[in-house]
Amino acid sequence: MQWINENLYISPINTYIDPSRPVENAIITHGHADHAKPGHKNVLATKETINIMKIRYGENCAENFQELPLNRTLKIDNVNITFYPAGHILGSVQVLAEYRGEKINFTGDYKTKKDKSCENFEPVRCHTLVTEATFGLPIFQHPNEHNEIKKLLRSLQLFPERPHLVGVYALGKAQRIIGLLRQQRYDKEIFIHGALEKLCNYYIKENVFLGKFSKTNLKDKKEYQGEIILAPPSAIKNVWSRKFEDPIICQASGWMSIKQRAKQSLVELPLIISDHADWNELTDYIKLTRAENVYVTHGREEAIVHWCKMNKINGLALSLSGREDEEDL
Amino acid sequence: MRGFSELIDKLLLTSSRNRKIDILCDYFKSTPDPDRGFALAIITNSLDLKNIPISKIKEIVKENVDEELFALSYDYVGDLAETISLIWPYKENGHLPQISKMISILKNIKKDELSKKIKTFLSIANETERWALIKLISGGLRIGVSSRLAKTALAKFGDKKLDDIEKIWHGIEAPYETLFKWLCNLGPMPEIDLKKTFNPMMLANPIEENDFKNINSKNFVAEWKWDGIRVQIILDDFNIKIFSRTGDDITQTFPEIKCLQKELVILDGELLVGRDYIPMTFNTLQQRLNRKKVSLKHIDDFPAFVKLYDILYLNNEDLREKNWDERRTILESWYFKHKNRFFDLSKIINFNSWKNLAEIRKNEIIDDQHEGLMIKSKYSPYISGRPKGHWYKWKKDPKTVDAILMYAVRGHGKRSSYYSDFTFGLWDENQLSPIGKAYFGFNDNELKILDKFVRNNTIKKFGPVREVEKTFVIEVAFDSVNSSTRHKSGVALRFPRIKRLREDKPINEVLQLSEFKLEFL
Repeated sequence: MQWINENLYISPINTYIDPSRPVENAIITHGHADHAKPGHKNVLATKETINIMKIRYGENCAENFQELPLNRTLKIDNVNITFYPAGHILGSVQVLAEYRGEKINFTGDYKTKKDKSCENFEPVRCHTLVTEATFGLPIFQHPNEHNEIKKLLRSLQLFPERPHLVGVYALGKAQRIIGLLRQQRYDKEIFIHGALEKLCNYYIKENVFLGKFSKTNLKDKKEYQGEIILAPPSAIKNVWSRKFEDPIICQASGWMSIKQRAKQSLVELPLIISDHADWNELTDYIKLTRAENVYVTHGREEAIVHWCKMNKINGLALSLSGREDEEDL
Repeated sequence: MRGFSELIDKLLLTSSRNRKIDILCDYFKSTPDPDRGFALAIITNSLDLKNIPISKIKEIVKENVDEELFALSYDYVGDLAETISLIWPYKENGHLPQISKMISILKNIKKDELSKKIKTFLSIANETERWALIKLISGGLRIGVSSRLAKTALAKFGDKKLDDIEKIWHGIEAPYETLFKWLCNLGPMPEIDLKKTFNPMMLANPIEENDFKNINSKNFVAEWKWDGIRVQIILDDFNIKIFSRTGDDITQTFPEIKCLQKELVILDGELLVGRDYIPMTFNTLQQRLNRKKVSLKHIDDFPAFVKLYDILYLNNEDLREKNWDERRTILESWYFKHKNRFFDLSKIINFNSWKNLAEIRKNEIIDDQHEGLMIKSKYSPYISGRPKGHWYKWKKDPKTVDAILMYAVRGHGKRSSYYSDFTFGLWDENQLSPIGKAYFGFNDNELKILDKFVRNNTIKKFGPVREVEKTFVIEVAFDSVNSSTRHKSGVALRFPRIKRLREDKPINEVLQLSEFKLEFL
């Protein structure tokens, strides 16, 4: 594997994957801030990722953008690049790079569970798998997301006088939660914090069904009784949330399976809904790819590396810096 | 187990006291006997399932989960019950038995079938049930519900007085069927055996400046407020029981204290350690507290005794309706006949005016022994709780120190969007060393200033904790300082609160830790 290094740099074509600082050539797996940074010269990504970057950072956040559709191979010198859907958020991909007959797959962030708010995950065989491990501990076994959403609906029935403030990441999680609510036939208007608006509108433009939603605009404290309001976790911790009277603080995140963590974050109703692969998805996928080498980019690397050793696979932690757990509070 | 596990899950995640009470009421309403009674016993820590050691549970888990993966997970989660509940790899169909049935199974489980049974339970349970089950076995739920809160919920549930519940609480046992019958108005208030039962104590109100104008010094007596722990001693049939202020039975912690009486005598006093009735510091007393096994050396080094304040029963007669003066006379005659080296009378302080008492408070107080003064009406009956106008406490003036704000965490409930829990420190050479935490003392306006400072001056985040720029000086008031091996600074403050914001004060004028220790320790 001489042709890529631990910074996810593909040397034969002078290109980085998800670089944390501005570079000449960047391939971006998806639009989350710890993967997509502004200031690169040339960006190769899906149409959706490029649009999301422009929404978040402005039209000129890179000098040149080039779209690569899913499942289409781009030849750059003697390296072949193909995008496969990663099932993480709208536009997210795994990047398969082939060079002299060796296949390396970079998962980016992914989940294998079905999700109506983005293209579903597709498995890819490879020699070397470069994987995330945000939830790379056997304690993380995400429950069924529909049952989690039902918890929220049950709480609304139980406390019809209390606003339900749901902490969600603005890109991906917010839209998935709205979609999941709609699948449970929750037809009421859903309220969102202003920070979510542009991205929700963009999802609609890409034909993701979100139903009726609008920005919160508080005049009367009683106004949001029994409503669902989505907001970034930071806003819920912030002065903004003081506007609501006696809200139930909810949080939709994979971390919510740890009760002490939910309690620490003052979350009253934890919803265990994650856009990342859990332990079983991570280890099942490693097996499925039949990779001989597994490199772990970020997350709980030790446990995955240990598991690889148990299964006679070469495992190595890259411990990339700057990759925060975006769902982390 | 489903209902019980959901109950403690909800209680854990709810920070509002009133809401916790509602959750408990709902549970008592919707759960039949004896399940609700056993749940109550677990929550109030009145049930002991000592027969299954937690090490056995760990062993079972280690047989079924890779050891390294378990270690990494435990390290990450930090709570054993949670780690096991999340990592347990097997799932089987079935339902766990109800909580009452579960308790009886666990109590009677045989050694040779323990592993197999526990394994089955863990596999049948869902995550929350697993968590609850392991909490149940390991004891100590830590879900933020005190037994006082549980009793408050009982009072609300049955529309009864909290005081009445306190009165009988220590005489009844799980599953509390007579209690629930009474609460549901299906039976009388449970009768209890007085001789085994803690009687809620009479407590004092802090005295305010205005009170002195309204009360006549001639009608009041004063005593030192000894700096130990308040106890109630029940002597009966040549037995002794010692209860703490909260009604915990602490007889086993102080096995040396003895007094033989045939008929029922109930005494109220302050438990202290020391020789010849001269108390050592509260810090020394703490060496004796919270120990399950007491060594002879401990008893030798820190012998316990009680300064007697009051008498509630003599030879089966209830004295609580009598006034303080009469009770004191009875206490003195009882003491004359039965005194031994474990009992001393709390001295009555002579004074002729409030001004005179103020001088005594100023000049005669012994810092290591006294918390302040008690002022009691000569005519006060012994009333459980904190009745107004009978007993006052006049604490010694708090000490204060200027310290630098270091860390902050958001508060709970109404304060959940405010940074309202603060850690502060003093200089240790040229580094800051935290000396304590405080989450009250400030007014709403000061809280806003502090909150804003924290938000605008955060330099690092550790989970929910924010480290702030070390520029903000606060004046901290506290009752006393103990030396502590548990804290890095080597000191622990008692009852610290934020008295004033000292934004004007430069940080280099804050004391060195060594200077602080010299002055206060």
